[in-house]
Amino acid sequence: MMMEAPAREPVNLAGLLKDAAFAAAIAFGLFSLLLGLKTDQTLNNQMVLVPRPGLLFTVVGLVFVGRFLIGYWQAINAGKIKKKKAAATPLALKIEKYGTAAFVGFLFVYPMVVLGTAGPSGAIKWIDNFGIQILIYIMLGWGLNIVVGLAGLLDLGYVAFYAVGAYSYALLATSEPVKEFMASTIGPSFWPLWAFWICLPVAGILAAFWGVLLGFPVLRLRGDYLAIVTLAFGEIIRLVLINWVDFSGGYAGISSIPRPSFFGVPFNATESGFAATFGLEFTPIYRTIFLFYVILVLALVTALVSTRLRRLPVGRAWEALREDEIACRSLGINTVNTKLTAFAIGAMFGGFAGAFFAARQGFISPESFVFLESAQILAIVVLGGMGSLLGVVIASILLVGGVELLRELDFLKAYFGDGFDPAQYRMLIFGACMVLMMLWKPRGLISVREPSVFLKEKKAVSSDLVKEGHG
Amino acid sequence: MRALSDPILKVQNLTMRFGGLVAVNDLSFTAGRGDITALIGPNGAGKTTVFNCITGFYKPTTGRMALRHGTVDIDAHVERLTDTPNDHLVMAEGSLYLLERMPDFHVSARAKVARTFQNIRLFSGMTVLENLMVAQHNPLMVASNWTLGGLLGFSGFRKRELEAIETAKYWLEKTKLIDRADDPAGDLPYGDQRRLEIARAMCTEPVLLCLDEPAAGLNPRESLELNALLRAIRDDHGTSLLLIEHDMSVVMEISDHVVVLDYGTKISDGTPEQVRSDPKVIAAYLGAEDEAEVEKIEAEVGL
Repeated sequence: MMMEAPAREPVNLAGLLKDAAFAAAIAFGLFSLLLGLKTDQTLNNQMVLVPRPGLLFTVVGLVFVGRFLIGYWQAINAGKIKKKKAAATPLALKIEKYGTAAFVGFLFVYPMVVLGTAGPSGAIKWIDNFGIQILIYIMLGWGLNIVVGLAGLLDLGYVAFYAVGAYSYALLATSEPVKEFMASTIGPSFWPLWAFWICLPVAGILAAFWGVLLGFPVLRLRGDYLAIVTLAFGEIIRLVLINWVDFSGGYAGISSIPRPSFFGVPFNATESGFAATFGLEFTPIYRTIFLFYVILVLALVTALVSTRLRRLPVGRAWEALREDEIACRSLGINTVNTKLTAFAIGAMFGGFAGAFFAARQGFISPESFVFLESAQILAIVVLGGMGSLLGVVIASILLVGGVELLRELDFLKAYFGDGFDPAQYRMLIFGACMVLMMLWKPRGLISVREPSVFLKEKKAVSSDLVKEGHG
Repeated sequence: MRALSDPILKVQNLTMRFGGLVAVNDLSFTAGRGDITALIGPNGAGKTTVFNCITGFYKPTTGRMALRHGTVDIDAHVERLTDTPNDHLVMAEGSLYLLERMPDFHVSARAKVARTFQNIRLFSGMTVLENLMVAQHNPLMVASNWTLGGLLGFSGFRKRELEAIETAKYWLEKTKLIDRADDPAGDLPYGDQRRLEIARAMCTEPVLLCLDEPAAGLNPRESLELNALLRAIRDDHGTSLLLIEHDMSVVMEISDHVVVLDYGTKISDGTPEQVRSDPKVIAAYLGAEDEAEVEKIEAEVGL
């Protein structure tokens, strides 16, 4: 039942209008020169002033309406007392439960829906740039979530494991000795077709191995120090890849990496290709759709494993480590091994994603593994809410999909002129979103923690109590 | 006294230096099996340092701390074990551990010494039940085949996990926290958090439980309940207790044996009655300087 609204004064509309007009006047004063006039060059190299009254009055009008609405909203909310939030919010858990099922279902039909609506040529962009790209980041986010969200170890060099995975696959698949060996023992067509499926687990294992290797020296470090060393580790891997030209090809990278086959059936226009085998007309979309399902399954495996791990003793030990490391040791938990498993398993998923990335691109170079990637993956985890799988999904869609969406905003050119490219503003928007998020929801979008075990009733743990971990 | 006839922990010549500061100076004492041994002393006497040495959080500068399981004769075998590089000795009648040689988590996992902290250290973002499940990490880890079996969903692990939940439930009932099992530990009131920390330590099935000021911040009624809980732990579970406490009503009420520290040195050792009437103890607590002054103070406080 609603509480009876306390009697309050009627909204002073005249005052609000006056206030809004005042704000609009200030805006007009500010922008009349800034936006109202534009300097341009004529063909004779003469500087001319182009008046832009349309833009100026739109902005002033927006300020007027915005100021009025804000004032109105404040006025009608002035007398209300905010209802205290319940300590436990099972709603968030419910959303997570049903939202996840619905979302996974949607993902499975997504390529078909896009294919049906946009046609084979238009669908590639939507499946590849939006679907596959976002799913790669979701998978990376889930992998990093184990290290940062669960174990509370701040890792700024996660992209190193992504690179290890990508280069493991690329180097193994294009290696001449391996090719020759496979050709002489099994047959010439075997390796190009099956390389991805054989190298995928190898890439994961190698990345996990590098995770342990990174883990050992940083075990004693905490907080800022850990962050700096992991950041350095990421840079070292990248610099080695750039400078060890004999091994990795340096800046030139590795090209003509074999693409994944449909379990032995290649995606090409030949007789034995996928389209011919299944009696379809050849288009490149089938490979894209297949890649979409591959990364979808890889990401779901990551999600499944990390949800399961959370309910196992090792996952609880990770979270306990985040909460209080000394208490963990007093309970007989080997914190060294616990941290190393977190690093290794997180790195392994990064390695899988890396191998997939190499196979999807067909070409990799150290340029793909810069620090900005690590920062973006970390931003996804932090923005999503540390430890929450659904949060990572939402954050990936916002951050990765949002940037892609900026490229679609061509209609803005009609307004701001031909030289306007919204994608150029992505870092500005990204930064602004981060600042707003940290003000509005400092613990991420989904900031409640779901308990891993319960006796009678599952209650969400408020983020005020959950610690971020101190390295 | 059981400390002499049936010891569980024997601390010998324990010294802990931090740079030039001698926090514990040549301390020797024994704790008896099935006893509640209290370690008391004024602030800064080095009690918590002794605890940190016993539980492996500090490596003592010198000294030996021998703990036994079963009925191994400590005196007969400890020299032999000390001469080897090993940290423990397993024999038919039990085993012997040298705590100063073990890393902190082995002290808990192998030597079965559990502890609580002066400033409560719970996993505040995890529920009460989860806190107790984390305490059973090692047996659950074995049951989950080091994660692999658990990941594949083997039934052995699920069965063991249900057992672990039963153990947790038992301790939650003992500490009257069963109704709050699904609440986050950080939401509990202070007294409940103290009890939860004890329950969590007990879930590791220790032979020796070290409590660092368990009654700090409790009201008189809660103190009484704590006394009953500690007695029950000693009597029903055969767990020996070692506790640091300032609350004399708790110390005198439940301890079987009291060791008094002042400036890192042991100044008294005996039953509560003996210690209470020891002039050195009174002097340490009240700051008196000579015997005559002590007698005067004794007369004043009615001893």
